[in-house]
Amino acid sequence: MTPQLAGQIELFVQVVIAGLLLGGLYSLIGLGMSLIMGVMRIINLAHGELMMVAMYITFLLFSLIHMDPYLSLFVVLPALFLIGAALQKYLITPVMDVESVLPQNQVLLTVGIGMVLSNLAQMVFSADYKSVPVSYASKTIYWDVNVGGQTISLSFNFPFLVAFGIAIALGAALFLFLGKTDIGRMIRATAQDKRAAAIMGINTKRITYITFGLGAALVGAAGTLLAPVYYLYPAIGGPFTSKAFIITVLGGMGNIAGAVLGGVVLGLGESLGSVYISLGYKDAFGFIIFVLVLIFLPKGLLGKSSV
Amino acid sequence: MSSGNMLEVKSLDVFYGDVQVLWDVNFEVKQGEVVALIGANGSGKSTTLATISSLLTPKRGSVTFEGQPLHTRAAHEIISLGIAHVPEARRLFPDMTVEENLLLGALTPEAKKTRPEMLEKVYTLFPRMRERAKQLAGTMSGGEQQMAAIGRGLMSKPRLLMLDEPSLGLSPLLVGDIFRVVEEVHKQGVTVLLVEQNVFKTLTIADRAYVLENGQIVHSGTGKDLLNDEHVKKAYLGL
Ligand SMILES: Nc1ncnc2c1ncn2[C@@H]1O[C@H](COP(=O)(O)OP(=O)(O)O)[C@@H](O)[C@H]1O
Ligand SMILES: [Mg+2]
Repeated sequence: MTPQLAGQIELFVQVVIAGLLLGGLYSLIGLGMSLIMGVMRIINLAHGELMMVAMYITFLLFSLIHMDPYLSLFVVLPALFLIGAALQKYLITPVMDVESVLPQNQVLLTVGIGMVLSNLAQMVFSADYKSVPVSYASKTIYWDVNVGGQTISLSFNFPFLVAFGIAIALGAALFLFLGKTDIGRMIRATAQDKRAAAIMGINTKRITYITFGLGAALVGAAGTLLAPVYYLYPAIGGPFTSKAFIITVLGGMGNIAGAVLGGVVLGLGESLGSVYISLGYKDAFGFIIFVLVLIFLPKGLLGKSSV
Repeated sequence: MSSGNMLEVKSLDVFYGDVQVLWDVNFEVKQGEVVALIGANGSGKSTTLATISSLLTPKRGSVTFEGQPLHTRAAHEIISLGIAHVPEARRLFPDMTVEENLLLGALTPEAKKTRPEMLEKVYTLFPRMRERAKQLAGTMSGGEQQMAAIGRGLMSKPRLLMLDEPSLGLSPLLVGDIFRVVEEVHKQGVTVLLVEQNVFKTLTIADRAYVLENGQIVHSGTGKDLLNDEHVKKAYLGL
């Protein structure tokens, strides 16, 4: 093998690895959105803003008491769960109960919630860029592989690697929870047939609070995991809401297994696109994949929509 | 329970929006009976069961079960009082396995305690369900889905089982199976409120029956009496 070819292989594998690691985080973001979509049939357009809130909590805990971001997951997960459940209970459910001319006004409400959250963040933290400067932010793990007599040197960014591992663990925990526990089955039952669920004795309203709480906790975890490698600012949520939306549609609206796939596809698409086409259009690749899927696979990559 | 009735439905007026579909509906079910509610499509049978299950709130009237008012309760509270509702068109959770569907029938604290034995009981009543335990409910045939739906209803150990058109869309052979199951369940001590369009078979097994027409009860009597009633013969038995 020529050194040139080895170099090309090295770059390609490196880009795929970066895409997969990013995809793990995207999957976590998409899982939360898909869960909410599956049960409540609404697109949560405050999803990225909830992630932003989690990032600021992580930032506060780090700058005030030097809590490690990964440790702060133990604060962020319950905090975001409560915030999400409260938003559902006190804002979204009351609006759902009102018969209105606008059938999708809960979705508009989530837009409003997102705007309020980012404005609050701006009032409290100003519009300045903040960061969580952990010591291991740029720590890299190298791995040399011998391919056809040439050495290919792969590098893994440590925070992304940890984030990927935690994302997989949280995703697996979610699947176990939904599949093996009574509350998990109650959530799926509510998503599949609300009326039948009520007949079984399921308090479907309570289930919607729990579901929104879980969705918020999942995207909150993604925010905390991103904090060491991203700058944060009040408007950071918007682009992530778009990403979450793309992932959810790719995965097939409310299909949580599809959300994992959608997250990975988006991560890979962004990573490959920005290296092989142009970095400047990084965010456009997601939309290009999105439009292609909408045209050719309107039901998403897995084609089945159910929690 | 001074009246001695297990279920008492009194002067029900029920609306969908501005449209009234039940008009002054009165009937009762005594413990241990099989009571049937028959009537043509659209006469209000499912609406009556939905009102008992508190899925709908009556504009006037009341529903009482073992002395307790039901119409003031939330729908999810009804099953814990001892009533199971097997809804029209089965309404299984299609993307869950048969076993998961059955487990969802036993969510009340009482029922959770006896889950394994109730599961065993349902599998004994419907051996086919044991074979299909790991199959997704939505992929089964209509007859199998109906068995799963009845099984799911039984999982909560109800004292009153309400069945909404369990024979709908089934082959004659399966219809016979379903009616045999209803009789078997009744023999085991469960009171049954049966909504059906298969009038002949229903009146044969029912202790008493009520005939609904356009949201009003127009006839009632024992199953035998109604089988011989001229109006019922003409309108529902095609005789
Ligand atoms: N969700 C609904 N909204 C409006 N009207 C309904 C609804 N469900 C049933 N109806 C109407 O109420 C009447 C009674 O329906 P239903 O109780 O389903 O009758 P049955 O079960 O005897 O066939 C029918 O005229 C039907 O069209
Ligand atoms: Mg009906």
